[in-house]
Amino acid sequence: MNADSVKSGGEALPRRNFLKGILLAGAAAGCSTKDPFTSAAKEGGAQPSGEMVQLLSTTGEIIEVDKAFLKPTEQIPSITGMAQRMGIEGKKFVMVIDLSRCKNLKKCQESCNHAHFVSDAQNWIKIYPMQEDEHTAPYWQPTTCMHCDEPPCVKVCPVDATFKRIDGIVGIDADRCIGCRFCMAACPYSTRVFNWDTPQLPPEVLALQYSSETSCPPKIGTVSKCDFCPDMVRKGELPHCVSACPNGVFFFGDMNEDVVTNGSETVRFSELIRDKAGYRLMEDLGTKPSVYYLPPVDRLFPFKNELQSEEG
Amino acid sequence: MSHQQTISSEKITSDLLPQKFGKPGMIWTAFLVVLCLIGLFAYYRQLRYGLSVTGMRDYASWGIYISNFVFFVAISLVGSLITAIFRLTNVGWRTPLTRIAEIIAVSAILFASIIIIVDMGRPDRFWHLFLYSRLQSPIMWDVIVITTYLVLSVLFLYFPLLSDLPILIQNSKPGSRIQRLYKFVGSFWKGTAGQVALSGKAIQIISVMIIPIALAIHTVTSWLFATTYRPGWDSTNFGAYFVSGAFLVGAGGVLVAMYVFRRAYKLEAYITEKHFDNMGKIVVMLAFLYLYFNINEYLVPAFKMKKAEEHHLVSLLTGDFSVLFWSAIFFGMILPVIVLLIPKGRKPLPAFVMGILVVIGAWFKRFLIVTPTMLSPFLPMYDTPESYKTYWPTWEEWSITIASLAGALLIVTIFVRLFPIIPIHETIEENEQIKPEQV
Repeated sequence: MNADSVKSGGEALPRRNFLKGILLAGAAAGCSTKDPFTSAAKEGGAQPSGEMVQLLSTTGEIIEVDKAFLKPTEQIPSITGMAQRMGIEGKKFVMVIDLSRCKNLKKCQESCNHAHFVSDAQNWIKIYPMQEDEHTAPYWQPTTCMHCDEPPCVKVCPVDATFKRIDGIVGIDADRCIGCRFCMAACPYSTRVFNWDTPQLPPEVLALQYSSETSCPPKIGTVSKCDFCPDMVRKGELPHCVSACPNGVFFFGDMNEDVVTNGSETVRFSELIRDKAGYRLMEDLGTKPSVYYLPPVDRLFPFKNELQSEEG
Repeated sequence: MSHQQTISSEKITSDLLPQKFGKPGMIWTAFLVVLCLIGLFAYYRQLRYGLSVTGMRDYASWGIYISNFVFFVAISLVGSLITAIFRLTNVGWRTPLTRIAEIIAVSAILFASIIIIVDMGRPDRFWHLFLYSRLQSPIMWDVIVITTYLVLSVLFLYFPLLSDLPILIQNSKPGSRIQRLYKFVGSFWKGTAGQVALSGKAIQIISVMIIPIALAIHTVTSWLFATTYRPGWDSTNFGAYFVSGAFLVGAGGVLVAMYVFRRAYKLEAYITEKHFDNMGKIVVMLAFLYLYFNINEYLVPAFKMKKAEEHHLVSLLTGDFSVLFWSAIFFGMILPVIVLLIPKGRKPLPAFVMGILVVIGAWFKRFLIVTPTMLSPFLPMYDTPESYKTYWPTWEEWSITIASLAGALLIVTIFVRLFPIIPIHETIEENEQIKPEQV
């Protein structure tokens, strides 16, 4: 299963798969040969099609290869379902959300919805206008899944379809979920969404085997939610929301390394939380979230709410 | 029972033998079957298009399927109330009511299990509950206790039925299908001293066992809610609150059933006004008990008005759900108490009407336990479609729910067509020996 290309989504997908296959094949054949494809293909008895494709070789030269000699590699070494349930050893993922930088641009939400094929009416990342009281200051609060260390959703799941990984991520196995929605009732952060309808998906995504690291493809009658994008982490990249935010609201990192980054700034997690008085949501419930918030002080933007009346 | 001592055993047998449906019986059965078929069609649509055909969405992710489930579990508690508790405490007038109560219990608990599968987003994966079951989930506790209760209730219906089977076999047409059914169910029963002793012992053991199991089914069902953090559910009062409500709706259900069977089968000599009088008093006691737990459940938190609870409590007491909430309290508890406290109110007809009020009030009470809490999340419902912020069941949900209720009634209806709703053997036995205790 090709996890990362799923999230690039849409039409670009087959092409990217194809190119990846080529580069891998090139790497496997070694660096010295100018054109490993033609010789290997001729040994296999392939007939040239006459259509040439230009490729960049591993030594940096541009080579022309007949298209028929190229074998697309569909599979990048994939991670088994069991390994996905286990998580990445030695890691403890955390997120820090700096409320002083959020102006409700919703770029995080858009990129997340796009990457995970979230249905139109639903969002994994929800951005709330918060105001504790009429005399206190309003602010925007984006919420992801809190990836609690004492996850109420995992406690109540009757079939282990939602689970806690060793790296702290709370995942969902949509192939196992029975759709009882007890986890949705149990989650105090309203983070979970249910696939009430058949998800609208491009055929190539639909054909993929489900991965709990990409949460794709979403399946009807099952629960979905923010997965902290462990597939991006495996590639050494940041979750979609983190890289999509132009204001650097989201910091993502590893508590064991004590580092979090929003892409442009990389800081010590413990110092950030200490210096800016980071906190977690609904601490009194004892859920122990992995998402920390920095209070909305010295704000970059004034609070403006176009949907004022909707607060409920 | 003094008034019955004049009745001969032959008369009792002919009075109580199951009768063929008359015209009203046929119409009633056809009506139930039609309701079930409509529900099946709605369920076909739900299977085809997913739960999107329901009014449930991400906030109100549980709806009337779940409240209907709670209702079924609640009403099934009646079996253990009448049958086990009255049996253990030697309540003499229980005999004509035991089988009524037990068949209600069996059909209700059966449909509780069915409706919970209907609520699942992936009923095709029902077997995952057994393949991947995790004991720490309250759903698994519910699966275990409901299965146990179903088995015990069926046995509790079956064992006392055995002594009626020779009578049924004797009085049915030889070789007819119904006689073959009776023979299949209990031709081994000869009524020997050994069999009677064994069956008596089994019934005694089940009477003791079924009480904690019955309390458990409803307590565990309350824990499906109370093990979450949600305002309105996060309550240590919930188990007792649910159990007391279950006793009330069960007793109300028996009042209704008593009246209907009495009228339909002309059982005035067996289900007497005294029975209505006694059951009426029991309903009063149980309604007071349930009111007491309601006060604990709503007024104590309302006194404090904690921020997280405020939205939920206000929606019930003065907000969107207040009309329904106060109606359920008034018509489902207070009015039955007032009417049934008056001796004339415990006559069959008014008692029957109060029983209906109790049952309907109880159904809506379950709705009020589930939905307002779901619509009172900790974080505001914001930037979400209007349809996500409210909950009103669709016609598919109503049809399926009504079909489940009709299905439960259909089981009871078919049962009384096949078996005597009042135990014949036990009645004859009681009739023969002059009992020291009077009704």
